[in-house]
Amino acid sequence: MTDLTDLSIAQARDLLAKGDLSSKELTQAQVTSMEGKRELNAFITETPDKALEMAEASDTRRAKGETGKLEGIPVAIKDLFCTKDVLTTAGSHILDGFRPFYESSVTTNMFREGAVMLGKTNLDEFAMGSGNLTSYYGGAINPWRAKGDNRNLVPGGSSGGSASAVAGRMALGATGTDTGGSIRQPAAFTGIVGLKPTYGRCSRWGIVAFASSLDQAGPMTRSVRDSAIMLGAMAGHDPKDSTSADIAVPDFEEGLNGGVKGLTIGIPKEYRVDGMPEEIETLWQQGIKWLEEQGARTVEISLPHTKYALPAYYIVAPAEASSNLARYDGVKFGLRVESDDLTEMYEKTRAEGFGAEVKRRVLIGTYVLSAGYYDAYYLQAQKVRTRIADDFKQAWQQVDAILTPATPSAAFSADDPPSDPLAMYLNDVFTVPVNLAGLPGISVPAGLTGDGLPMGLQVIGKAFDEATVLRIGQSLEDAAGFDARPEGY
Amino acid sequence: MSLDKATVARISRLARIATTEEEQERLAGELGGILAWVEQLGEVDTDGVEPMTSVVEMLLKSREDVVSDGGIADDVVRNAPKSAHGFFVVPKVVE
Amino acid sequence: MGITLEGATGTWEYVIGLEVHAQIISNSKLFSGASTEFGSEPNSQVSPVDAGMPGMLPVINLACIEQAVKTGLAINGEINLTSVFDRKNYFYPDLPQGYQISQFKQPVVTGGHIDIELEDGTQKRIGVERLHVEQDAGKSLHDQDPNASYVDLNRSGVGLMEIVSDPDMRSPEEAAAYVRKLRTIVRYAETCDGNMQEGSMRVDANVSVRKAGEEFGTRCEIKNLNSVRYMQRAIEFEAMRQIDVLEAGGKIDQQTRLFDVAKNETRSMRSKEEAHDYRYFPDPDLLPLRFEQAWVDEIAAGMPELPDAKMARFMKEFGLSAYDADVLVAEQENAHFYEHVAEGRDKKLAANWVISELFGQLNKAGKTVEDSPVSAEALGELIDLITDDTISGRIAKDVFADMFESGKAAGVIVEEKGLKQVTDTGAIEAVIDEVMAREPEKLAEYRGGKDKLFGFFIGQVMKASGGKANPKAVNELLKTKLQG
Repeated sequence: MTDLTDLSIAQARDLLAKGDLSSKELTQAQVTSMEGKRELNAFITETPDKALEMAEASDTRRAKGETGKLEGIPVAIKDLFCTKDVLTTAGSHILDGFRPFYESSVTTNMFREGAVMLGKTNLDEFAMGSGNLTSYYGGAINPWRAKGDNRNLVPGGSSGGSASAVAGRMALGATGTDTGGSIRQPAAFTGIVGLKPTYGRCSRWGIVAFASSLDQAGPMTRSVRDSAIMLGAMAGHDPKDSTSADIAVPDFEEGLNGGVKGLTIGIPKEYRVDGMPEEIETLWQQGIKWLEEQGARTVEISLPHTKYALPAYYIVAPAEASSNLARYDGVKFGLRVESDDLTEMYEKTRAEGFGAEVKRRVLIGTYVLSAGYYDAYYLQAQKVRTRIADDFKQAWQQVDAILTPATPSAAFSADDPPSDPLAMYLNDVFTVPVNLAGLPGISVPAGLTGDGLPMGLQVIGKAFDEATVLRIGQSLEDAAGFDARPEGY
Repeated sequence: MSLDKATVARISRLARIATTEEEQERLAGELGGILAWVEQLGEVDTDGVEPMTSVVEMLLKSREDVVSDGGIADDVVRNAPKSAHGFFVVPKVVE
Repeated sequence: MGITLEGATGTWEYVIGLEVHAQIISNSKLFSGASTEFGSEPNSQVSPVDAGMPGMLPVINLACIEQAVKTGLAINGEINLTSVFDRKNYFYPDLPQGYQISQFKQPVVTGGHIDIELEDGTQKRIGVERLHVEQDAGKSLHDQDPNASYVDLNRSGVGLMEIVSDPDMRSPEEAAAYVRKLRTIVRYAETCDGNMQEGSMRVDANVSVRKAGEEFGTRCEIKNLNSVRYMQRAIEFEAMRQIDVLEAGGKIDQQTRLFDVAKNETRSMRSKEEAHDYRYFPDPDLLPLRFEQAWVDEIAAGMPELPDAKMARFMKEFGLSAYDADVLVAEQENAHFYEHVAEGRDKKLAANWVISELFGQLNKAGKTVEDSPVSAEALGELIDLITDDTISGRIAKDVFADMFESGKAAGVIVEEKGLKQVTDTGAIEAVIDEVMAREPEKLAEYRGGKDKLFGFFIGQVMKASGGKANPKAVNELLKTKLQG
């Protein structure tokens, strides 16, 4: 048998079904792996006891013939999901010691489908960041390194710990959340698959909110099929989330191998940005060719407001965040810096509890919503957002899906990140428009840079058409035959 | 758009985040840079464009008017840095 | 009827606008499934949503919106088929989310008016600017510990209607009449219980003063007034304070103030000193609230008769005076009671009995019609005894007092005490003969032309009959007999 940490979810599922493997064995292998790779700092909290307990319970259920979609599959959970009685930090000092008395809807769904939780993965503080550099618990490390270079690389962000855990063979899959690219960018940086579903596909209930109109949970896995399986277990209408879509969850695995024949794929000309490395451009062209070879038609399309997506995002997301993060005030949970004066208690608690990037965004958000600036910033940004969504609607008249690079570059050094916040924000240039329009997008590993680092391609689909996105993703995966893995992992 | 220190001080007060003068200085530069960058949105013609109110077109869902939650006072205060007799405790508030 | 204030520099006028927060009657909270019941153990009626726990999301309780629509219809407002929930951001320990979900730019109701009855019997129309729905905050207790405040979130998230008037009131009395009328309306509509002691209705008063005919002055807002009487006092004090400031050459700072009942003064609220900047924006956790006109029509069709309509009907159909009708409709229970008594009986007589006798006794006993010892049926029976001449109106008052005391039926009391009116002409004639025989001089004077003495004889006869003689019969028989 192959190494149990190398199994895909689909493979493990088959072995478990045949009785060739128990969830306990499978889980133990992941726990051992997790405990042996702490240098990657992928987990904030490991829950091996809980994992083994859940695995045993799964084996018992299986013996009784009860199996869910993720029955017995050990997964990692981004530490943005509230998990009952398990420390939940959002990567922030301000949530010190917070143990929710409730379980997020997505993890509830997954556990109902038999998933086993290995632990809570590292992330940028409150999911704000593209390099996992803002975590209070120190950044997670990318298992990949550039050829001939010993420097640690970032796994991307904000779901960097999940990416690192999956790429580093510590979990078969992991949950992520994606507000501006936080699933797809780390997936691309670590050579795995990351799927951001349509806004409303997965419930946001119980996920620590960053930007409510953009946040969406999704799977991070080592194959497209695994993402299809995992999404099926995560998704579903939730009456506790007013923005959750009341539509049926299809069987995403079905038709996964249907191919791209007859599909029209849009290639947006605006995604050819200045300063984009040649290798990314080449990969994109390669992706186009792969799809054409498999019978798809590609056409150039225009998404004219693309360049305004990032600035619009950096108004809308901080504005919502400034309000969402007001509840961290030292009164009900987490950190409190004592003072005799209430206002001082608030100010000291939040000054100490939030890191620099979170403060920056809360302050920007506070500013753009403040009296006299609302119309010029927030309202204008939401109008631009309508424009961006309209660009996509226009495109859907003509194409079934859109192909773009996932990121404008491969992973960068953890020791030498861009010093300017703006340069950091540019990481999300290809992913942010998808969040603004609420659409599904997948990042599929498709090649390596000259330095031997993974790069990803992104497929964007129509709202609630994850099935087509996954099908195209599968075709890309088949054509790319990406089987590189980080050395030593 | 450049921000001055006084403005940074005002918004950090609004956001209840203590900032030192040094931090205000630094933030004035950083935030000013970000604001200058987002100002390009002004170029977009948005005449007659409705601001986005919901990403996905659907109707607001609602709840039945039934009591289905509560009765968990211990849970509610169990994560509180300070509580007493079932209440959250905060520094004396002067109205 | 505006009241003016004499200052050293001339005559000043009150300008008052009110914001009334009315707690919506519902089983569960506006955005969570926790109970709205009053007075439970601290934090026992709190869901994680109401406590602002990480990751919690609001889901609207449509029953609360239905209540707001009902109220909107009751104050003649325009119901907006699309409205939007916004977040109002500020920090306070009883505001666990760090924002209040409210409606800012697009409230569920715009416009409307409430007609108030003034003491001189005239009516005045007070404009309503808007009605919006929002969450209540929790409660901070400041007297439990010398160095700390205690926070209870049981009220956090309870649905409120904020009803904002135009600055149309010109005296504390008008303000009081407005609050009372609004309270009556929401109680009729059954959308708020109007209980000011329990905080189900709280008033913020915006007060300014101006010289007659001048522009509005700068206003101050007095927060959280929880009785009509205190509100009147607070407004009076605040207006006087402003006049003193202005007449001393100062100017009014727009402020939020608190009324100190013990000291009978208003003072600036420290916690609100900072300039407000609530950074309103549409709550991204909620979509715009949209409903159909058909739903509004359905609600309108199911509305109970409202106080104005009832008052008009009492005046037009029952012939009651404006005063009587106003008193009767002020509380829906009173109006119901009255209608029950008046059913099939003389409407004015019924009104007199309900207002003068019943309300008088209830007031004295500190009771309401709901716990009245005399039921509507019982009072009706008493009135019937008057109408069919079984007893006189004067005897009826004694019988009523007895009924109120003992709870016995009127007929039983009349029977037991032998209070039946004497209508037998023979018996009455006998009494008249007796009185005439006793008073020969008066009789002579009467017959000599001193007509005024007729009343004297009536009194004597009634007295001699123990009040039981039928006054009408006495009148007729006496007239004949005295003529001789």
